[in-house]
Amino acid sequence: MDYLLRTEGLSKVYPNGTLANKQVDFAVAKGEILGLVGENGAGKSTLMKLLYGEESPSSGTIYLDGKPIGFSSSQDAIAAGIGMVHQHFMLVPSLSLAENLVLGQEPKKGKSSFFDLEKAVAITEELGEKYNLKVFARARVVDVSVSMRQKLEILKALYRGAKILILDEPTAVLTPQETDELFVELQALRSHGHTIIFISHKLNEIFKLCDRVSVMRDGRMIGTHQVADVDRQTISNEMVGREVLLSVRKDKAKAGEKVLVAKDLSYIDDFGIAALDHVSLALRKGEILGVVGVDGNGQSELVRILTGSARSLSGSVVVKGRDLTNQKPGALRRAGVAHIAEDRMTVGTALPASIEDNLMADRYFHPEYKGRAGFLKQAAMARAATEIVTTFDIRCKSAKQPVSSLSGGNMQKVVIGREFTADADILVIAQPTRGVDVGAIEFIHKRIIEMRDQGKAVLLVSSDLQEVMSMSDSLVVMNSGKIVAYFEDASATTDKELGLYMLGLKKQNPEEIGKVLHE
Amino acid sequence: MSDAKTRGPGPLASVKLFFTDRDKLEPAVITLLAAIFAILMGVGLIFVVSKDPVTSTKNFLLGPFLRTYNFYYLLVAMVPITFTGLALCIIYQLKYMSLIVDSSFYTGAIVATAIGVRLALPAGWHPAVAMLAAGLAGGLIGTLPAILKIKWRANELVSSLMFNYVFYFFGSFVILYFLRDRNQTILASMPFQKTFALPKLVENTQLHAGFIIAAVFVALVSIFLFRTKWGYQIRITGANPKFAAYAGIPVASVAIFAHFVSGFIGGIGGAVEMSGLYRAFIWQMNPSYAWDGVIVAMLARKNPKFVPVSAFFLAYMRVGADFMSRRGDVAFEFITLLQGIIILILASDKIANYFKARRLRRNAFAAEAALAAAPAGGVRSDGGGKGTAGAAGTGGKA
Ligand SMILES: Nc1ncnc2c1ncn2[C@@H]1O[C@H](COP(=O)(O)OP(=O)(O)OP(=O)(O)O)[C@@H](O)[C@H]1O
Ligand SMILES: [Mg+2]
Repeated sequence: MDYLLRTEGLSKVYPNGTLANKQVDFAVAKGEILGLVGENGAGKSTLMKLLYGEESPSSGTIYLDGKPIGFSSSQDAIAAGIGMVHQHFMLVPSLSLAENLVLGQEPKKGKSSFFDLEKAVAITEELGEKYNLKVFARARVVDVSVSMRQKLEILKALYRGAKILILDEPTAVLTPQETDELFVELQALRSHGHTIIFISHKLNEIFKLCDRVSVMRDGRMIGTHQVADVDRQTISNEMVGREVLLSVRKDKAKAGEKVLVAKDLSYIDDFGIAALDHVSLALRKGEILGVVGVDGNGQSELVRILTGSARSLSGSVVVKGRDLTNQKPGALRRAGVAHIAEDRMTVGTALPASIEDNLMADRYFHPEYKGRAGFLKQAAMARAATEIVTTFDIRCKSAKQPVSSLSGGNMQKVVIGREFTADADILVIAQPTRGVDVGAIEFIHKRIIEMRDQGKAVLLVSSDLQEVMSMSDSLVVMNSGKIVAYFEDASATTDKELGLYMLGLKKQNPEEIGKVLHE
Repeated sequence: MSDAKTRGPGPLASVKLFFTDRDKLEPAVITLLAAIFAILMGVGLIFVVSKDPVTSTKNFLLGPFLRTYNFYYLLVAMVPITFTGLALCIIYQLKYMSLIVDSSFYTGAIVATAIGVRLALPAGWHPAVAMLAAGLAGGLIGTLPAILKIKWRANELVSSLMFNYVFYFFGSFVILYFLRDRNQTILASMPFQKTFALPKLVENTQLHAGFIIAAVFVALVSIFLFRTKWGYQIRITGANPKFAAYAGIPVASVAIFAHFVSGFIGGIGGAVEMSGLYRAFIWQMNPSYAWDGVIVAMLARKNPKFVPVSAFFLAYMRVGADFMSRRGDVAFEFITLLQGIIILILASDKIANYFKARRLRRNAFAAEAALAAAPAGGVRSDGGGKGTAGAAGTGGKA
């Protein structure tokens, strides 16, 4: 077979000495969708960055159309028809979608050198029409949903003439419906003759979308299969080297007393929209309360208010009988509220700081770590950090290296590792398994259940409907900043029914919803 | 657990560690190379502009050591820039850009002058009280740009530069209206009390006890930044303020406190300068040691431990250039050019990490080659020394 893009013996050593790609032979044929899977830190993003000219290989060769190429920057890759949508979005939030699309290749007014916004909008709409990726060209990036940002990233690559599209975990931030929509669009692109490399940790997506799948482990290419000829177990064995249990096993919850009661919370966002509209709920010991809803229906605001990162305009938050309404995050943490932030890059970690410093940031003042006169017990801190690194399998050379040098999934594990070991009674968890591999998902789910069984109260917010449904004991559904349904027993509902509530087509009466307060 | 462990290696051991730990040694070597390069450029420049380049070069390079007076003067010149350099290390660890330490230093000198002139206190106590008061004044002033930034998001670089004018003129006003010696034709304060002077370290030189005080502060600031909870808070807040807030660190108070400490050190620097070097306040202009502090802090890579080295180097260049300019035809100002070169080199990360990147690449490939040479079965090279022994693995079968 003639491959469009191919690598031979490609290796990459990062400046800190990490050998992220080892002699990788990789190939993708014209007009196919190739899946790329592997554990966190296996080297998937690194390989893609090499193909995209963003990092340069330490050794080995890349062939495009049979000719060896050496990109010195992603500009060269774009010129050669390669486009990439990164694991972490690279858009300018304060600009409109149209402006973001043309950034760097702006249309000009006539012969002048002034930017022509109208033309940019027209280009965006036309392109969206052509590839069936519809976006609001005039809206600002901050105002649109994650899935629309995703589409914009794809359009951006297409606008620059990409024939080969690299998508690094595009579905990690999408809801199931949005994922389905994306797949239809990607298949349309394939029929247009585009070639797509698709990275995901969700095997069902690979099986649904891809023609072939390549597996990486520990920097090496393990193998490539026709999707039709292979089963999941083989792939996950190649990825992890063992069997992975994907279904969640848990006993029935023994719900105890209420430990957190939130009443009548409201939040108006920067655009004057009521992002949270008089929401009340209670968390009980030994119970997981799941929150489902299409992304952007108030879940983030709810989490931020419950953890002290945003202020509510009304109502109260009472933790174990103490009124902590609109207190700082520090106060809530001291009261026993741990928080896994959904945005691990800008909030959940300090990228330039070491893994150790990141893991200790909420506890450096505890007596185990703080000696007399403000001195820190650094040996004790190092020991505790190393222990978390081992327990949570954070793949790194040492706990002293900066978090910025970790792979996406391992950054997430730093956040998880800190919050799960915080010794809190209440866990507010947002998107815990976003971007982590199957092995780690299994581990995280098991730990959440374990903590519930130890009598902790858990609020679980995730855009992965499957995850919330299987993990939660009770459920609330959010739509337009309100709670529209409460299910005391999460297993008593179906995803179909939840879908109706999520889309706002159905709503329970206030009495039923009010039961979430357990009064 | 044990105290010995938590305190880390002793001073001698840590020196040894420093020279065997290449991650730490290499940046130092590169900084040194930058310094040598700047000096070589300076010599080249002398050869271009001077009629007697050999003598000028000799005066520039060896001047600080040719005369005892010059050498002691070099040591004395290190003192103020050590204080401002330390102050700026703290600000830079916080990732702020304020230059308010200029005001803290200047106002510290003014406060010390007032105490030196007006108060009658026993020797020893007199300069100590002045330093404490100057430190407090400097610290309070230091917090202003941080408060403005936190309350109204005012850019701290701009506001601190503005404040520097305000406090400079306020200081001049105080001298002029309350402390001026009317018998002098130039602007000068009344003479300090005898008790105000810091003792000299060496008779008949300018070298004063302030040198020791500066050395003590180097140690204190190192400990503060890298061993205490306050230093930890400052470093984390500097690394990502949003994360720090989320983790429960009171970021606003941390920023203000860090500025207070920084200003406190600046203020003490001003007082030390007054009681160590002068008999009255005679500055006709603001000496602006904050700008020198920027160079010192950069050369030291924000690490207080290296501040004395970089302060020595800057003072060495200054004293050499001064000596040369007074005995030849090269102007003193040419060292600003050398300072520019140094800053340019040090500001480049790529240069700074050159050796390290090269060495690590070599090491990794050596490891790879060894791995490839190992007998088969090495395909499943789980971890290979990485921390992968994992709980995630315990769930499955062995
Ligand atoms: N800039 C960097 N500097 C040093 N090491 C890095 C850097 N970027 C990645 N690495 C390391 O390279 C290895 C591979 O990382 P990569 O991001 O390619 O993994 P990945 O397969 O994309 O994982 P994930 O599924 O978690 O995104 C990891 O061990 C990571 O720590
Ligand atoms: Mg990745």
